[in-house]
Amino acid sequence: MISLRGICRHYRLGEQQLAALTDIDLDIAQGEYLSIMGPSGSGKSTLLNQIALLDRPTAGTYLLNGRDVTSLPDDELARIRRENMGFVFQFFHLIPRLSAAENIEIPLLLAGIDPSLRKRKVTEAITAIGLAGRSAHRPDQLSGGERQRVAIARATIMQPSTLLADEPTGNLDQATGKQVIDLLEDLNRRGVTLIMVTHDQAIGGRAGRRIRIVDGRIIGAG
Amino acid sequence: MRGTDSILLAFGAIRGHRLRSSLTILGMGIGVSAVVLLTSLGNAARSYVTGEFSELGANMVIVLPGRNETTGGIPPIMGETPRDLTLDDALALGRSPVIREVAPVMLGSVPVSARGLEREVTVIGTTSGMEIVRNLRMARGRFLAAGDPHLAAPECVLGETVRKELFGADHSLGEWLRIGDRRCRIIGVLAPSGVSLGSDLDDMVMLPVASAEILFNTSSLFRVLLQVDPNLRQEDAAREIRRIIMDRHEGEDDITIISQDSVLATFDRILLVLTLGIGAIAGISLAVAGILIMNIMLVSVTQRTAEIGLLRAIGAPAGDIRRLFLIEALLLSGLGTGFGLLAGILGAVLLHRLYPLLPLAIPAWSVAASAGTAMLAGLVFGALPAIRAARLNPVTALTGR
Repeated sequence: MISLRGICRHYRLGEQQLAALTDIDLDIAQGEYLSIMGPSGSGKSTLLNQIALLDRPTAGTYLLNGRDVTSLPDDELARIRRENMGFVFQFFHLIPRLSAAENIEIPLLLAGIDPSLRKRKVTEAITAIGLAGRSAHRPDQLSGGERQRVAIARATIMQPSTLLADEPTGNLDQATGKQVIDLLEDLNRRGVTLIMVTHDQAIGGRAGRRIRIVDGRIIGAG
Repeated sequence: MRGTDSILLAFGAIRGHRLRSSLTILGMGIGVSAVVLLTSLGNAARSYVTGEFSELGANMVIVLPGRNETTGGIPPIMGETPRDLTLDDALALGRSPVIREVAPVMLGSVPVSARGLEREVTVIGTTSGMEIVRNLRMARGRFLAAGDPHLAAPECVLGETVRKELFGADHSLGEWLRIGDRRCRIIGVLAPSGVSLGSDLDDMVMLPVASAEILFNTSSLFRVLLQVDPNLRQEDAAREIRRIIMDRHEGEDDITIISQDSVLATFDRILLVLTLGIGAIAGISLAVAGILIMNIMLVSVTQRTAEIGLLRAIGAPAGDIRRLFLIEALLLSGLGTGFGLLAGILGAVLLHRLYPLLPLAIPAWSVAASAGTAMLAGLVFGALPAIRAARLNPVTALTGR
């Protein structure tokens, strides 16, 4: 359960104050499928970063499962992200020198999990995304769709309660984009909260709940 | 994050940039091997010089007439001499249980002639003890006989240079030599030994000290060479020598004692400082290599901004990032140190093959110091990039693709 109350995010640009988000009130229940849409520069990525605990609000309160996480120290936020959030990015953000399996393994590595357990989990995850035969391939040896599937496997390896996707199909063609969306929606059906930023109406429209954001304000379900 | 995982991840990053990493490692390696090689060269020079000194004869102590405050170095040429050091003083020293052997030295320059050839030669009046104290070797014949030192036997021993110039290829043993106004028979020729402690033993003539007393018309010795009991500390020996001479000189402490130890210690100190100096100069290259590591690491942080952002986003605390980059810097300097030590040791072995005379030995302290400095450089110069990496804001780091 995520609830944002009066979240504002202002940037300083020289002398000027730039309001990227203004007075955001948002409740997201566990297992919801939410899409955030809006024109570019509207603040949808800023909002996602707030939900993801990657950025701190200028004002407002963030409650995660009833706990105020607004002013927790950085390392504590890192731990919460590691255990509760999965990230899928437009540009995949795979580490180029590591193989597919090693990329998927990173969150387990950061959590300090035992190597034998790690190996088992990674094998399971890579089989689940249908890339078992390509686990030793490096990202530059994989297609865009395969890379995004590896990224999704990495995002879900810690079994997070929430999956955050920022334009997950932005760099993919129609067909592979569809596959990636299917994979994400499948995870959502199994109870994972899916929050997706997109400006693609067709994809955003599939979500159970849709938010439109313009000039840093939620202007209702779209 | 587990320690081994951090090291593996950092090592993977180094392997990811083969050329860049190997150049950095090379830079560090050159610095380390320079330190190792130069200090071992300095050390070699040091043991060479001290080795030369030990060849003078072990446990040697020199007694000079006149009091002079000195802790080694070159003995005073003109000591103020309130009281002469005589042959009897030397013999009294020889009777002490702490002194193994005694060699009085009377010195002068006298024309020496044989078969119509004449030349000015340094003449040393001494006793049979000289052979042992100075560790002399004979080319032919024998050294001065051990008998009553007060007896002026008409015998002499030649240095190789004098023999060659007076007799050339001819037979010299048993021939008569005119030294000043005295005649003596040649009973032996010294093996060439070269210059040591400032005197050319090849270019002189030795004869019994009693003969020299008559020749120079004096009873004062130039100095007395002593070989002391090796089990005794040289300070204790010096105290004993001083006591004996004071007894004979009416309680006047009017001699100077130079021990081989103190001369050696002085040279040793000078050369050690020199070696350290050379090592420190080579150490500068380690600092340069450290800066190289910092430069490479800063580039690495910039290039891997997105990776750092990703790691932060998926839950790596700032401390993990900092540690990863520090480990990477330490691995670079550690690998450099490893290769540098290897190259330095190989270089020393090679030099030893080329110049076997040089007693090349790599001092343990230089290995420890260069490795320590290299690792410290890695740590110090790796700190800034690591801190910078850990401070990156995940949001901005991620947007930079």
